[in-house]
Amino acid sequence: MAPTHTSYRYKIVRHIADGIIFLLLAMLALRWMDIRVLPDTLSSWGIPLAFVLAMALRAWAQYAHRPPGIHNNGVWFRPLTSRKWPALTLSLLLTSFYVVLYFYPQYLGLGSDGAPNRGLIAMFDPLSKALSGNPASQWFVYGVFYTTAILGFGIKFLMKYRHNRYQRWRTLSVMFFQLGFAFLLPELLMALNKPYYNFATFWPLHYYYFDQWHVDQLLRAGLLGKWMFFWGLAMIFILSPYLTYRFGKRWFCSWVCGCGGLAETAGDPFRHLSSKSLRAWQIERYLIHSILVVAVAMTIGVIESYLRTGQYWLTPRSFVVLSLLVVTLPSAWLLFTQREQLARDARILLAAVALLFSIVLVNHLFSPNGEIFFVDAGTVRKWYGFFIGSIFSGVIGVGFYPIMGSRVWCRFGCPLAAILGIQQKFFSRFRITVNGGQCISCGNCSVYCEMGIDVRDYAQRGKNIVRASCVGCGICAAVCPRGVLRLENGPSYKNKA
Amino acid sequence: MTRVAIIGNGVAGATAALHIARHPNYSVTLISDETPYFFARTALMYVYMGHIRASDLKPYPDTLWDKYHIQRIHDRVTDIDFQHKHLHLAEGNTIPYDILILATGSIPHRIDWPGIHLDRVGYLYHLQDLHRLEHWTPHIRHAVIVGGGLIGIELAEMLRSRHKQVTFLVRESHFWNIVLSDSEAQLIDQHIREHGVDLRLNTELEEIVDDGSGKVGAVRTSSGDLIPCQYVGITIGVKPNVQWLRDSHLHIDTGIVVDEFLRTNIEDVYAIGDCAQLQHTAPYRRPIEPVWYTAREMGQCVAATITGNPTPYRQGLWYNSAKFFDIEYQTYGYVPPHPDPETDDFLWQDPPHYRSLRIHYRRDNHAILGINALGLRLRQEQCHQWIQQATPLPEVISQLPLAAFDPEGNTSYLRDIQQYFQAQFYTTNSP
Ligand SMILES: Cc1cc2nc3c(=O)[nH]c(=O)nc-3n(C[C@H](O)[C@H](O)[C@H](O)COP(=O)(O)OP(=O)(O)OC[C@H]3O[C@@H](n4cnc5c(N)ncnc54)[C@H](O)[C@@H]3O)c2cc1C
Ligand code: SF4
Repeated sequence: MAPTHTSYRYKIVRHIADGIIFLLLAMLALRWMDIRVLPDTLSSWGIPLAFVLAMALRAWAQYAHRPPGIHNNGVWFRPLTSRKWPALTLSLLLTSFYVVLYFYPQYLGLGSDGAPNRGLIAMFDPLSKALSGNPASQWFVYGVFYTTAILGFGIKFLMKYRHNRYQRWRTLSVMFFQLGFAFLLPELLMALNKPYYNFATFWPLHYYYFDQWHVDQLLRAGLLGKWMFFWGLAMIFILSPYLTYRFGKRWFCSWVCGCGGLAETAGDPFRHLSSKSLRAWQIERYLIHSILVVAVAMTIGVIESYLRTGQYWLTPRSFVVLSLLVVTLPSAWLLFTQREQLARDARILLAAVALLFSIVLVNHLFSPNGEIFFVDAGTVRKWYGFFIGSIFSGVIGVGFYPIMGSRVWCRFGCPLAAILGIQQKFFSRFRITVNGGQCISCGNCSVYCEMGIDVRDYAQRGKNIVRASCVGCGICAAVCPRGVLRLENGPSYKNKA
Repeated sequence: MTRVAIIGNGVAGATAALHIARHPNYSVTLISDETPYFFARTALMYVYMGHIRASDLKPYPDTLWDKYHIQRIHDRVTDIDFQHKHLHLAEGNTIPYDILILATGSIPHRIDWPGIHLDRVGYLYHLQDLHRLEHWTPHIRHAVIVGGGLIGIELAEMLRSRHKQVTFLVRESHFWNIVLSDSEAQLIDQHIREHGVDLRLNTELEEIVDDGSGKVGAVRTSSGDLIPCQYVGITIGVKPNVQWLRDSHLHIDTGIVVDEFLRTNIEDVYAIGDCAQLQHTAPYRRPIEPVWYTAREMGQCVAATITGNPTPYRQGLWYNSAKFFDIEYQTYGYVPPHPDPETDDFLWQDPPHYRSLRIHYRRDNHAILGINALGLRLRQEQCHQWIQQATPLPEVISQLPLAAFDPEGNTSYLRDIQQYFQAQFYTTNSP
């Protein structure tokens, strides 16, 4: 029969592509041990480029000979995508990489105290110098790997979902934002002696945005720096609420964000591994909102502590009052207007937040010299950077892809996702519409939801899906065999269900 | 406490159980022999293909049944004593009831072909059929599927996903063209072949040949071909699972005959889902409709009726959906394979993208009667509104974007349809 014969040829091409990818990885491993196969001037850009091309070849061989459609055959049979030992091995490798990257960069070859780089990091010196003029750092190398992964696996995703324009557009978008805004632009800014600035992220995901050194760096960098600083503020308070109102949080989480970008491309083969249990949903709600509360409190504390130096036009007192208003007013509004819609745990959390911040206010007003949260904000900031910024978002967030699915960080940890989620749930036109009674309860939508939403539970009751965590990836709608689901920006933010 | 016993935990029985158990004064016992839990029969194929796990077949968490205190019994009802109101189970127990709901579903239709009893002749209905197929899979190189309907094409897709060679015997001149028009069915024929299936139209099964050890060795077709194979899948439709009730006073025709309140001829006994046959049908609808949502709706109606809110089951406008390999199919209202003398079809097709839209309308006032869509998604609410309000075809076409339900960015074909309509309809329908 015809297809067996043709697919044989495609198989050969796929093996060739796999071979190339293996060779490239071997070259990286050798270079890590200071064994050069090619000159660094060639391999620093050649290896990433070759990887992307090999991925393109592989994707072509994998999908081009199959009619466009959903390609989930055997997902739960393959050891790598069903939590068997290859998945555990990969997870171990990824977590080890992150531990070394964050805590022992010298083992990647980072030169300390002025010593030149060695190993893997030295290999990327030529590329780094060409872009920014500086030698490579571990973060530069990580940026190259990250961007390469999004581009390579992004091409694979484009091929896999080539019949679906929504999927193609949003994947092209994350590839563009990662390459242009998260990777190239900041490097070029540095080359021009301007501050490093990534436009594809903002506070509180960008958790050091309000650290003193960062604010100073921006404010002292002339008009451009000041503009950047205010752009960051506008993003938080004006642009993102508007875009989320209009389109849901997907405009960021699955069209722009780098964390989301990696999850949607490299993480796509693992999306079905997210837990759909009620328990997981409960943990998610407590965890992500607690992290948001900590991030907000920490930021207020950090800012307050450096405002006390008196170098800035804002006084600590007016800042604390202002920020407490910014936090408590929307919370109170939510609590009172959306009372029936809020689950019990959400009301408890909101009340706890209100209480916490009132205590802070009283404490601040009556003992203006004390620490505003009774602990040193700098210490909190340090631990946050360690546990949330490094361990959670990196080591667990990416390292656990093959075990817990691709959006562990986005679902359980990201404070920005938490804010956008609250906006999406209560103040956005976005919803997933359910098409009458066509649902056959097959469960594909729930299984392939990377955020662990039990989509079927809504669809089979004919209820639209309005969930804070939904990142609008649109895969539920893509895999649904009966065309039941559609991501929509409705006419109003009310009556979505 | 009113004791309600339900036989069959398919979507009909399970839905009824959940809706009745919400009311305090009822205790519900759900008895089924297939599985101890309700599962989505519609998704059996995705388990075999590795898209989902068997545990993902359960539409509700296990805890739900306990939450509503629904007693579940995994056993077969062998006999019903309608007079004394109790059930006999295969393992010897008897269950008394005050109200009985029969929701026994269907069984696969079979014909006594020579060789039908050989090992590795399979069906696709019960979970056990899937287990058997899984068990046989390592021994299958070539499979033959008999019967060109919705389950046959699912079975073909399943076997292709496991890299089996598949020969698909279809009695009609095109796939499922007892429902689809020839133009639609031809599109599907082509797509089936594109997936590497050896599709044989106008071909019937003559006999299944023993391989010498009591297993399937080959099939002989009506055109005289002998096709060596290690598995034969029989998918020639389903019939109500009522044979075991035929000796009783229950009024049974093809299915268990019920009135509009889903009552049988015996007091306090109801029948819902695939096994029920409606005494009165709505225009263009059939007395037995073995599909998922009708079973679910009957479950809801019977629950309301039993719990003191008598609710007739009314067949509204017909709709349904399916998927033929990669091509989705949706249908709304009345769309026969061929137009009658009073009606006509507007047909638009985009064969390279496997898209097709067929709108059935009356010749006199151009009011639309139904819509068939292949490769595109339509909004049910909108389609129903057009059909119920007898909206004229030109208006439907100009408002078509209101019904677009494809993912954002995937609706550019709408303009093609509108342009094609402008060019076609007014030239053929002008005086
Ligand atoms: C492979 C497949 C795919 C399908 N796909 C679709 C689709 O895409 N869309 C659609 O609309 N429909 C589809 N259908 C049809 C749909 O599944 C049925 O219409 C629906 O499941 C009927 O539900 P039910 O509750 O009436 O019966 P069933 O689901 O058949 O449940 C009846 C249960 O009762 C049990 N039972 C019977 N007799 C006894 C007894 N004496 N004692 C104890 N237990 C008993 C049976 O074992 C069975 O478990 C599909 C069917 C199959 C087989
Ligand atoms: S994938 Fe579609 S048909 Fe299946 S459960 Fe989800 S919404 Fe229903």
